[in-house]
This record gives sequence, C-alpha cells and structure tokens, in this order.
Amino acid sequence: MADEVVLLDRWPSPYCMRVRIALALKGVICEIKDEDLSNKSTLLLQMNPVHKKVPVLIHNGKPICESLIIVEYIDQVWNEKPPLLPSDPYQRAHAKFWADFSDKMVCLYSMSLLTSKREELEVATKEFKENLKLLEEQLGDKHYFGGEELGFLDVALLPIITGFKTREIYGKFKIEDEFSKLFAWANRCLQKESVSKSIPDQEKMYGLIVEMRKKFGVE
Amino acid sequence: MGSEDVKVLCFWASPFSLRVEWALKLKGVEYEYIEEDIYNKNTLLLELNPIHKKVPVLVHGSKPIVESFVILEYIDETWKQHPLLPQDPYQRAHARFWANFAEHKLLYASFIAMVASGDDTEKALNVARDSVEKIEQEIKGKKFFGGDNIGYLDIALGWISYWIPVYEEVGSMQILDPLRFPAINAWMTNFLNHPVIKDRLPPRDDMVAYIHTRKKIMSPTYHDLMKYL
Repeated sequence: MADEVVLLDRWPSPYCMRVRIALALKGVICEIKDEDLSNKSTLLLQMNPVHKKVPVLIHNGKPICESLIIVEYIDQVWNEKPPLLPSDPYQRAHAKFWADFSDKMVCLYSMSLLTSKREELEVATKEFKENLKLLEEQLGDKHYFGGEELGFLDVALLPIITGFKTREIYGKFKIEDEFSKLFAWANRCLQKESVSKSIPDQEKMYGLIVEMRKKFGVE
Repeated sequence: MGSEDVKVLCFWASPFSLRVEWALKLKGVEYEYIEEDIYNKNTLLLELNPIHKKVPVLVHGSKPIVESFVILEYIDETWKQHPLLPQDPYQRAHARFWANFAEHKLLYASFIAMVASGDDTEKALNVARDSVEKIEQEIKGKKFFGGDNIGYLDIALGWISYWIPVYEEVGSMQILDPLRFPAINAWMTNFLNHPVIKDRLPPRDDMVAYIHTRKKIMSPTYHDLMKYL
C-alpha cells in the first residue's frame, strides 16, 4: 500500500522546516500544503484541534503534531534509511536534551526579533550568542551534531541558520568571526540538497523579519 | 548496561523528580535518592546539570541525564521490563503529545490560577478546565492512559492526581469537577491506588504547607507568569 503523506506547512516556520528536512533526508514523498494561519483550513482545525498550529504531518489519515515529535515519528517509521537518532539510550537522551534546548532558543529568538525595538535587541543578542557558544561546545570538532552524518539534533537546529543573517545585521556581529565552527557546520549542511531545498535562504528570511517588525511597530 | 549504579537528584516537592522515581520503581530498578535543596543549589547539581541547574538529574554510572521526559524515555530504553511507551510509532507520538500538552497547558494554568487574582484567576481557570476537558476525552473508557496497566502517559500526567487537588485547596478553587470530568477523576483514584504509586507519594500536609508558602512568594509577581497562558 502506498503511503499517503501530507504536511500542513508554512514556509517561514522553523518548526515546519525541521519536518521538511527530516522528510527530505528520508526521501519521503510528501504533499506539502501551505497554511494561511489567519484563515486556517478545515483540515488543520480537524487534524490539530488542540493547538490549531503547524506543522501537522498526516500519515495515511492520522495526524502527528509538534515538530520534534513528528521528526522522531518520521525516524521510526522510515527506518530503512539512516537513523536520525542514535541507538544508544544515553546518546539519544543527549540529542533529545539539546533538541529541547534548541526549542527554547528558537522560541525566545523569534519572539525577541519580532517584538523588540532595535535598542532592546542588545540583551537578546547577548543571550543568543551565549546559546550559540553552548551549541558550538556541543558540536566540538564533529562534522555534524550527529557525528559523521546529519542527525536528530542537526535537524532540530538547522532552522536557526535561516536567521543568521538577520541576527548579524541586528546584533552587529559576524557568526563566521565569532562562531567559526557553527558557521562551517551551517555551510556543510547547506551543501546537502535535502537541507538546502527544505529551508528558505537567509535573505528571504531577513526580508520577512523586516516586514513583520514594521507591521508590529518595532522598526 | 543496566547494572551500573543509579542515583536520582530530587526535590521532595517536585512533580518532575517524582515521575522519574515512579518510572524506576515500576521497573524495579534500585536507585539512590539524593535530596537537593533547589533554593540552595549545591555543586553536585551545578556540575551535573550546568545548563538548566534543575532537578531531576538521573545519574547512571557516571552519565547524567536531565529533563524529566527525556529521563523517562532513557529509563524505558535502558530497562526493558514493564515497558512504558507503546511500540507503535503513532501511539508513541500520541503519548508524547499529550505529555507535553498537560505540562505546558494544565500545569502552568492551574499554578497561575492559584497565585493570580481577580479576572486573571478566571482566565487561568478557563485554560485549566479546557485542558482537563481535552484530557478527559483521552482517558474515557480506559482504566489507565496505558490501557490496563500504567504506562508513560500515566507517569507523565500522574502529577495531576496529586498536585491539582493541592492547588485547588490552597487556591480555594475547583478545576477537576467530578461531575464534569468523571473519567479523569476515576483515573486519578486508580493511579493513586496503584501499589507502586501509593507507596511513593510526598506527605500531603507538608506539601500543602509548602504550596501555601510558594503562593505567598509568587502572588506579588504573578503578572510575569500570565504570558505562559
């Protein structure tokens, strides 16, 4: 029986990006439906009645919600492809901990960019850099957070790179200069078609952030 | 792998460290309980959980694992007896979803309802009751969320059976109306009466006194918490 896979999606959402990357890495054929969150589709309201948010993966009619839960689901179901999570329980726990940490990072970072005036961004930038330092320590000298191949934590973190240019402009710093390992990791990941075709480029994200900041009256 | 020492850094009043203990006890895993004064953090905690500096921390051999839901999954993967999470990927995703939901919606809302005042309490109570309504649909017709036996979701949601009644008492409010939510009330009774759980509950009088203190401390600045609703 052919799998029917649908993703309720929004292109700029970092949470949706994680799912798109995971699907691409596993070579899953998926119908992507773009949602207008100001006019939510009946399908979205039916498939995620609790939160009414994207991403929602619908696999043979059954919905799975929450990006990291979806990524783990994808990893378990399409398990003939290289695993995203390691098999060792401690390594798995380690990856899940840092993925959870990245969730908090993504949330805080998005909120501050959209709601803070330029002058207020200094504090948010400082915190962002502290988090980047922690992540760089985790990466160490590895090619990917997952080791030799992209893994669960890489997928969880990759959406952050779409905001690198934005952060550099507002925070007045260069990631390449201050976080060279992360910069190298980002470029390494972008060499992979599964990643580059699944996430918007940094210019496009910057343009959207500027537009939204004007809309929220902070620019 | 399972034969190394297990230690758990806990705080007696924390629902998060208690759920780790429940999981270990259900699996019959021996562990050393280490009480951590979370208001006066000692160097061991800061060493083992440098990022969040919180309990619980499970230390297996020399390996620290933090974040209670991550710990639950680690326990389930390391000690295979009495499996907690279902095997089926969809059922697993479902259980994880509801564990997160209860944590981020019901736990925050019920605590906020207790420390807030006026309209803000009402607002928080509405969120809490709506959350309970959704969870009620999940438990209808089942003895436990795990089916006939306690599973991951029972342990992840078990705090509801103990802490919400305490919050209700301290806040003089009602969230778990038995007429409106008969299934969840029945589950609470089943859960609290399970021999493993019954044997490992914090002393209620001490908990009520502790929560009264927390309410007194948090009430003046509760507005900061409203953003979590």
